[in-house]
Amino acid sequence: MTIRPVGDTMLLVEWAHAIDPVVNQKVIALAARLRARLEAAVRDIVPGYCSLGVHFDPLRTDLAGLERAIREEAAQVSGEETTVSGAMHEIPVRYGGPHGPDLPAVAEWARCSPAEVIERHVARVYRVYMLGFIPGFAYLGVVDPAIAAPRRQVPRERVPAGSVGIAGGQTGIYPIASPGGWQLIGRTDVTLFDPSRATPSLLAPGDLVRFVPV
Amino acid sequence: MPSGSIHVLRPGLLTTVQDLGRWGYQAIGVPVAGPMDWFSHRLANLAVGNGDTAATLEVTLIGPDLVFDVAATIAICGAEFEIAVDGRQIAMNAAVHVPAGARVVFGRRRRGARAYLAVAGGVLTPPVLGSRATHLVSGMGGHQGRALVAGDRLPIAPPTREVPVTRASGLMLPAAGRARVRLLPGPQIEWFDPSAVAALTSVSFRISPRSNRMGYRLEGPPLARATHREPVSEPLAMGVIQVPSAGEPILLMADRQTAGGYPKIAVVISADLPIAAQLAPGDFVEFTIVSRQEAAAALIARERALLRIAARGQHQP
Repeated sequence: MTIRPVGDTMLLVEWAHAIDPVVNQKVIALAARLRARLEAAVRDIVPGYCSLGVHFDPLRTDLAGLERAIREEAAQVSGEETTVSGAMHEIPVRYGGPHGPDLPAVAEWARCSPAEVIERHVARVYRVYMLGFIPGFAYLGVVDPAIAAPRRQVPRERVPAGSVGIAGGQTGIYPIASPGGWQLIGRTDVTLFDPSRATPSLLAPGDLVRFVPV
Repeated sequence: MPSGSIHVLRPGLLTTVQDLGRWGYQAIGVPVAGPMDWFSHRLANLAVGNGDTAATLEVTLIGPDLVFDVAATIAICGAEFEIAVDGRQIAMNAAVHVPAGARVVFGRRRRGARAYLAVAGGVLTPPVLGSRATHLVSGMGGHQGRALVAGDRLPIAPPTREVPVTRASGLMLPAAGRARVRLLPGPQIEWFDPSAVAALTSVSFRISPRSNRMGYRLEGPPLARATHREPVSEPLAMGVIQVPSAGEPILLMADRQTAGGYPKIAVVISADLPIAAQLAPGDFVEFTIVSRQEAAAALIARERALLRIAARGQHQP
């Protein structure tokens, strides 16, 4: 593990530079520990795939003390915590047709039928590695390599809310209408993000997701 | 409780409600937003006796035309505009009492890009996830999640106490569309060719017209990488200069995403983010890399300037 400053307002805690569920679980476990210990002392604690950002106010922070606290908590991240999974979510999806305009393109890329793309997409349980891009957008992995089509060459200016997409080894759901370049294979009616809810984002880092065709 | 409102007659080019940002929700992908120029935003709040958490109006390049339907104390800091209250010019960087029905018109802009209008008691649009900051891409916060339009009415608070009319010294604004901005080395600076680091600190970069509150595209020589590795997406901070594979650097500003996957060559120091925020498309920026000690000293100097105003606001009879 390394701790590096990003400018004068953030420390970046980094493990192996890789997309790996064990590394990701360490990040999530450390984020939980730091929240319990430092929440009031820092601006934000942000887990990524294999790194963790700790945002702080440089005028009110003893940097050496913050680094020491991070190292102490990281040393405490136990093997037990790294096997704990988050909540399991089942997401109903209407695949293809107007709901998944790129399903034929993904099938063509995969040299299989659209039905097989759907079959392979629903066969896996995905892990929420991190959230980003727009509020509530979860990066889910890892997609079956047989259907891991790359992003569209020309992104869409508007992707409808609830669209389910593939981008290489990642799959995800657009919580709100936004521009986007992922290959859209289906759509869900589930509300992924609502700031008025007690828990605004349905999905949290470390959660598990299964897609169910309807 | 709101006691009055600001009525928007003309919105200007891009006027948004901002406070110090929506911190604490980046783990679920919620961007921070907040003022582009944190110094002028805080200075305007202090000048009218507000605390740090009050929301102001951020005005961009072309200012608005506003009517206050109650008497209010306002201050405008940041970019230098000609400002008239009921046809009479008023000073910037100072608290000004305006009567009920007063019309506040932003005129010609002389220097800088963004001004902040604070009103005693603050702009009281409903907070979302603990903040009134507007994030334009996700349509969150501020007034209905968007920039102001003609006809909007923004709730404001009754002034809590008499505010002494004091004058503050504002930010040193970039002159003639040029500014020097100090950097710390970025977390992936070693991924770049030494020529790229040399170019970053020796060439003037032009702020592209394709720049906005999310980030500035910097036009100059492409910054070549020494490696073909791509970093895994990781958390981001304001001021990060990231470089996509084509080599055109992007300086991340207030509405940046929470995480990103381009290598980061350098990061603007906190003390100079207000300077960067005062650059407009077509302006030029020159970068120098400084030590962490210089970054800290520069930030303390900025904070001292704010503390002086805060102290004056409290002690004047």
